[in-house]
Amino acid sequence: MAKHSQKTAKKTATFWTNFILIVICVIWLIPILGILITSFRPSEDIFKSGWWNVFPHKQNVEVQRIVLPESVNLDGPFEILGKTATFDEFRNGITLDNGQIITWYGNKRTRTAIVSENRWVGFTTNLTLKNYKDVIGGKTISYKNAEGQTITRTGNNLGGAFLNSLAVTIPGTIIPILIAAFAAFGFAWLEFPGRNIVFTIIVALLVVPLQIALVPILKDYVNMGLNGTFLGIWLAHAGFGLPLATYLLFNYIGTIPRELLESAYIDGASNFTIFTNLILPLSVPALASFAIFQFLWLWNDYLVALVFLGEKNQTVTIAVARLVGEKGQDWHLMTSAAFVSMILPLLVFLGLQRYFVRGMMAGSVKG
Amino acid sequence: MSVAQVKKPKPDGNNFSGNILAWFGTTLGQILVSILVPALTFLVLWQGYLFLQKANAPQIVQVLVAIIWGVGGVALLYLVTNWLVMKLPKRISKVLQPFVFVGPAVVIMGWFLAIPVLRSLIASFKNYLGTQWVGFDNYKFAFTDPRMLETFRNNLLWLIFGTAFSVGLGLLIATLADRTKAEVLYKSIIFTPMAISFVGAGVIWKFIYTYKGTGVGIQEIGLLNAIVTGLGGTPQPWLSLPPWNNFFLIIIMIWLQTGYAMVILSSAIKGVPSELLEAARIDGATEIKAFFSVIVPYIKGTLLTVTTTIVIFSLKTFDIVRVMTGGNNGTNVIANEFYLQSFTYTDAGKASAIAIVLLLLVTPVIVNNVRQYNQSRRGF
Repeated sequence: MAKHSQKTAKKTATFWTNFILIVICVIWLIPILGILITSFRPSEDIFKSGWWNVFPHKQNVEVQRIVLPESVNLDGPFEILGKTATFDEFRNGITLDNGQIITWYGNKRTRTAIVSENRWVGFTTNLTLKNYKDVIGGKTISYKNAEGQTITRTGNNLGGAFLNSLAVTIPGTIIPILIAAFAAFGFAWLEFPGRNIVFTIIVALLVVPLQIALVPILKDYVNMGLNGTFLGIWLAHAGFGLPLATYLLFNYIGTIPRELLESAYIDGASNFTIFTNLILPLSVPALASFAIFQFLWLWNDYLVALVFLGEKNQTVTIAVARLVGEKGQDWHLMTSAAFVSMILPLLVFLGLQRYFVRGMMAGSVKG
Repeated sequence: MSVAQVKKPKPDGNNFSGNILAWFGTTLGQILVSILVPALTFLVLWQGYLFLQKANAPQIVQVLVAIIWGVGGVALLYLVTNWLVMKLPKRISKVLQPFVFVGPAVVIMGWFLAIPVLRSLIASFKNYLGTQWVGFDNYKFAFTDPRMLETFRNNLLWLIFGTAFSVGLGLLIATLADRTKAEVLYKSIIFTPMAISFVGAGVIWKFIYTYKGTGVGIQEIGLLNAIVTGLGGTPQPWLSLPPWNNFFLIIIMIWLQTGYAMVILSSAIKGVPSELLEAARIDGATEIKAFFSVIVPYIKGTLLTVTTTIVIFSLKTFDIVRVMTGGNNGTNVIANEFYLQSFTYTDAGKASAIAIVLLLLVTPVIVNNVRQYNQSRRGF
C-alpha cells in the first residue's frame, strides 16, 4: 500500500514538473508565434485585430444593419426589432431574446443600428506573402495603413541587407578563426620571448568592453578610408573576437599529445606543415564550435555594424532597426523583416546546436 | 599520421621547365622571386580592394568577391610571409617563425583592443574635439551628471533583476527538465531565443507592448494590452511609463539569456553524483531540501561563472534599449549614453570617460581571469 502511494506521489510530481515546464515553454514561444503569424497577415487586418484572432474564437459577427426611417424620433424611447429603449441604451448594446445584440452605429445622425451575433469564427483570416515580397525587395511598394489609406513608398531592400550580412559574417567568421588558430599554435607550441606576458594580456582582454575601442578605431578608419567598407568591419570583428578565439583554441590545441608533434618534427616537417596538416584537422571540433559562436554573434551584431558600416552596406540588423525607428507602426513590414533577419541564425542554431553548446561551455570560462 | 609528405615531386623530362627551375636556383633569381611574389600578392589584394570600394557590379557578385578576397587574402598573406621567412638562413628563420604565427593576432588585438584602452584613457582627459586638456571634467560628468546617474540606476536594475531572473529561471528549468522525458525538447525551446538578435527581439517585444490608445471600438493589437483589457483594465503605453518601462525591457533580456544560464547549469547538474542525491533522500530530505543542500553547493562554481557572464552582459546592454526606446522616458543605460555622446553629440571626451567607466566596472572580472589563468599555468 505504501509503495502504491509512493508511486502516485511520484506520478503527481512528474505531472506538475511537466506542467510547469510546458507553461514556461508556451510563454517563451508565444512572442515568436505572434510575429510569425502577423508577418503573414495583410496590413489592414493587422491594424484591425490582434494576431490571435486567426485562431478559432467567439466573436460578434454582424448579421444585419437596420437604418431607421426619418419618422422615428431618437430623442425618446424607440423600437428596434421589438425592443423598446432609449438611444443611450441602444448605444451600450441590448441583447435580444435569441442572443443577438443590437448596438447603435456611431452617433445619432447615422440612424443605423447593427445586429450582431456572438458566434464561433474559424480559420478565416487571409494569409499573404505580400509583406515578405514588399520588405525584401527594394522597389516601390504600396499598402493600406491603419486608417485604410493607401501608402506608397520605397521598399526596405532587406534582400540586399541579407547579402551584406553574408558578406560581413562569412569572412568575419573565417578570418579571425584562421588568425587565432595560427596564434594559438604559436602560443601553445613555439618558444619565443615574451610569450607568457603577451598571453596574459590576451586573457585580460577577454572581457574588455568593445565600447572602449569604437571612438579611436573610427578615427583611424576615417583617416584610412576604411569606414563603411567590408574590410573595415572584418578587421573590427576580428579584433573584438580574437581574444576569445585565441584563448579557446589555445586551450584546445594545448591538449594535443606532445608525442604526435614530436614524431612529425622528427620526420622533418616544418612548423607550417605541422600546422596545416596536423593541427588544423585535429582542431576541427573546436574550430567548428567557435565558428558557430562567432557567426551568430556577427549576424546578430548591431553596434559594430552601426558604427563602422552605417547605412552604406547596411546589414539586416541595421535595416530592421531603421524600419523600427522610421516606420514604428508598420507591423506588417517590421514583423516580416524581423523574421527574415532571424531565419538564417535560427536554422544554423537549431541544426548545429550541439557544437554551439560545446563552444559556449568552453567560452563560459571567460566569465 | 603522414606529415612528412612535404617534398614536392621533382620535375622531370621537360627540358624547358628544367631550365626555368635552374634559373630559379640562382641567388639572383631567388632574390627577384622573393620580391616579386609579395609584390604580386600585394597587387592582387590591392586590386580586389579597389574593386570592392567602387564596384558597380551586381550586389551578389560584389559579395562573392568580398568573401573570396577576404578569406583568400588572409590565407595568402600567411603563406607568403611563411615562405619568405623560410627563405632566410635557418638561424634567423627559426627566431622569426613564431612571429609569423602569433604576429598578426597580436598586432590586430593590439590595434583594436589593447592600445584603444590607452587612447580612450587619454581622450577622456581632453575636450570634445580632443584638442585641449580638461582634467577630470569628463569624469565629473560621468559620475555626477543627472543623465549619468539615471543610467547607473537603470544598469543597476538590469544587473539585479536581469541577472537574478535569468539565472534563477535557468536553474529552475534545468533542474525540472532533468527529471522529465522530454528534456531535450523543453531545453531547445527555452534556448531558441539565443539565436535571435537583440534587434529582432526588440521587434518581437515591441509588438507585445504596443498600445493603440483609448477610444470607442478600438481593439488592442498588442498582446499585453489585450490581456489587460480582457481582464477589465485600461490599456497602457507600457514603454513610456517610468520607472516600470525599465522592467519591460529587462524582461526581454531575461527571455534571451535564460537559455544560456539553463544550458550551462544543466550540464553542471548532470555532473552531480547520483549517490550524493540518493544519500540525501535516504536521510529523509525532501526534493527541495536535497536541491539546496546537495545540488546548489555542488554547482556553486558554475553558478558563479554564469552569474558573472550575465552581469557583464547586463552592464554592456545596448541594442535592446536603442531599438525599443532609444533611452528615452527614463530608460537610458550606460552603453546607450556612450553611443549618444560619441555619435550623436560627437563629444569624444565624455564618450571616452564613459567607456573607461564601463571598463572599470568589469575590472574585477579581468583581474580574476588573469589570476585564474596564472594559477592554472602553475598547475601544469
